[in-house]
Amino acid sequence: MTWLTWRQLRVQSMLVLAAAGALALALVLTAHGLRTAYRADLATFIDQLQFQKFDGFLYVAGLVAVLSAPPVIAAFWGGPLIARELETGTHRLVWNQSTTRRRWLAMKLAVTGAIAVAVCGLLGLVVSWWSSPIDRAVAAGHGSGRFSLPRLDPVVFGARGIVSIGYVVFGLAAGVALGLLLRRSIPAVAVTLVVVAAAEILVPRLVRPHLVSPAVENVVISRDNLQGIQIQGSPNDRTSGPVRLTVRSGSAGDWGLANETVDSTGRVASTLPSWLGTCLREKVGAPPDPSQGTTKTRAPGRDALEPCFARLASEGYRQHVTYQPARHFWSLQLRETALLLLLAGLLVGFCFWRIDRDVS
Amino acid sequence: MTAVVEARGLGKRYRRRWALSDCSFDLPAGRVVGLVGPNGAGKSTLLNLAVGLLRPTTGTIRVLGSEPAAGPQQLAKVGFVAQDTPTYAGLSVEEHLRLGARLNPAWDAGLARERVGRLGLDPAQKAGKLSGGQRAQLALTLGIAKRPELLLLDEPVSSLDPLARREFLQDLMEAVAEQELSVVLSSHVVSDVERACDYLVVLVDSRIEVAGDIDTLLATHYRLTGPRRDSSLPAGQHVISARHTDRQSTFLIRTDEPIHDPAWSVTELTLEDVVLAYMGRSGSGERTAAPALEAQR
Repeated sequence: MTWLTWRQLRVQSMLVLAAAGALALALVLTAHGLRTAYRADLATFIDQLQFQKFDGFLYVAGLVAVLSAPPVIAAFWGGPLIARELETGTHRLVWNQSTTRRRWLAMKLAVTGAIAVAVCGLLGLVVSWWSSPIDRAVAAGHGSGRFSLPRLDPVVFGARGIVSIGYVVFGLAAGVALGLLLRRSIPAVAVTLVVVAAAEILVPRLVRPHLVSPAVENVVISRDNLQGIQIQGSPNDRTSGPVRLTVRSGSAGDWGLANETVDSTGRVASTLPSWLGTCLREKVGAPPDPSQGTTKTRAPGRDALEPCFARLASEGYRQHVTYQPARHFWSLQLRETALLLLLAGLLVGFCFWRIDRDVS
Repeated sequence: MTAVVEARGLGKRYRRRWALSDCSFDLPAGRVVGLVGPNGAGKSTLLNLAVGLLRPTTGTIRVLGSEPAAGPQQLAKVGFVAQDTPTYAGLSVEEHLRLGARLNPAWDAGLARERVGRLGLDPAQKAGKLSGGQRAQLALTLGIAKRPELLLLDEPVSSLDPLARREFLQDLMEAVAEQELSVVLSSHVVSDVERACDYLVVLVDSRIEVAGDIDTLLATHYRLTGPRRDSSLPAGQHVISARHTDRQSTFLIRTDEPIHDPAWSVTELTLEDVVLAYMGRSGSGERTAAPALEAQR
């Protein structure tokens, strides 16, 4: 049974192994140079790296490879696993040997799953290891250009650590179940691709923020922590004024979830007081680009703004900041992986139940 | 005589349509049973129920005394050559034998090799490149070399040309003789069944019309031709079909007793006549149902 599974998966897995192997080799060969540069001067490491085209390419290639491996492997290995047998009628051949359908399915899943986990797991670890100097530099506040996202950022998080194992196992289970229901390979592959890609996009937005209780802070807005002011309306218009303030909190490695101004009752302030616009305008004059209806300026003339913020604080306005601190990285990784494995378990359970019914 | 397949009130419904309804029969051991009927009569459904690929909607089916596909032992005892003789297009003949060896503890590697050699199959050839006849032979080899007690074949020769058909059935008969297998073979062609089988089940429109030993069926069915007569025949003579012209009546009847009426000219029937008579009857609604069927068991 192991032999048969391997025989049926041989070509596909060789393709994937070759691609993953080539990337891993390139990463291993360039890792030493990256580390040397990191140790030489942390402060200028990222700025120097902007000029290393190949390292820049590998950084992005690593992200793309680790994020795309689960949907691709799940769709092309999981989707046809049963669907192709049903399509060609070979299930009637293989399910009538002296091996029960459930055992057949168990072995197919075990072998396919083991190869998929090995590929995604090793690729994820090599990419994480190679990128670790960059991730550390970004977390230390030196990020810039294409190397500015911390590893907790939704895009990068999926390409670090072990969570790609969760996605590929979940995806494989979803692919097998979809193949069993749709009974045709190509629809099963297409739907599985969509489902796993959607999971990679939606889980970071909807589920991940809640997996570990985020850090919550109510801070007094001041010239020191002000990060940005959003102003709406024409600058010459008397009624125009700031609508949103954001402040800095925590460290550069954090993942900000919410950054909103609340009034003295603790409710989110839908509009900021009108005097604030007047105050700010008096202190700094018009924003730099008057042609724009909406402009965003970065902390203009901080010292001059201080009286405005003092009044804001005295009226009870605070900034409510929610974020996942950098130290939550591994607990988020473990919980998200566990959640995906649990979902995979349910889907596999469904497949074992369904395959013993009328499938023919 | 023990039964290899026992069905009681067996029925199978796909959504709204009954593919098989209320079938009760015993198939005897040590025989080559021909399951005939038009396309869509429920032959495949019946065989798929017997190997456990389908589950009955009503009634029960037991194969070699157990529930179909109940476990590895049960699977090992029943060989199945499915419709269109599926094989893995990307696997070679050799790899198919390896598949059989890996998945069947009782696999007879010597027998498999000998068959492949004798049939002239190239072990390195991919199954997708084999002719229909060769593929059927490969599927049959897999079915036989697992050393089952009962071999079920679902329309194994339907896609073969007449010569390949004959060769396949001849080869099957030889294997059956050597291994003391019980066989159930479905076909919509009576001549295939006539060549290979000694027991017949006629399945029409989801129901069993008649089941019995072929020699007995031939010895108890007659065509009576004589002057037109609308009145009924003697009690022992069951009419299967009747045709009247202005002057003449023709009856196909089943009877266990000799026919004494001198008005009739009596001819014996071929198997095809018998099968076609039962098939035609179902459509015309002249079914006499229960008594005729019950008596055959």
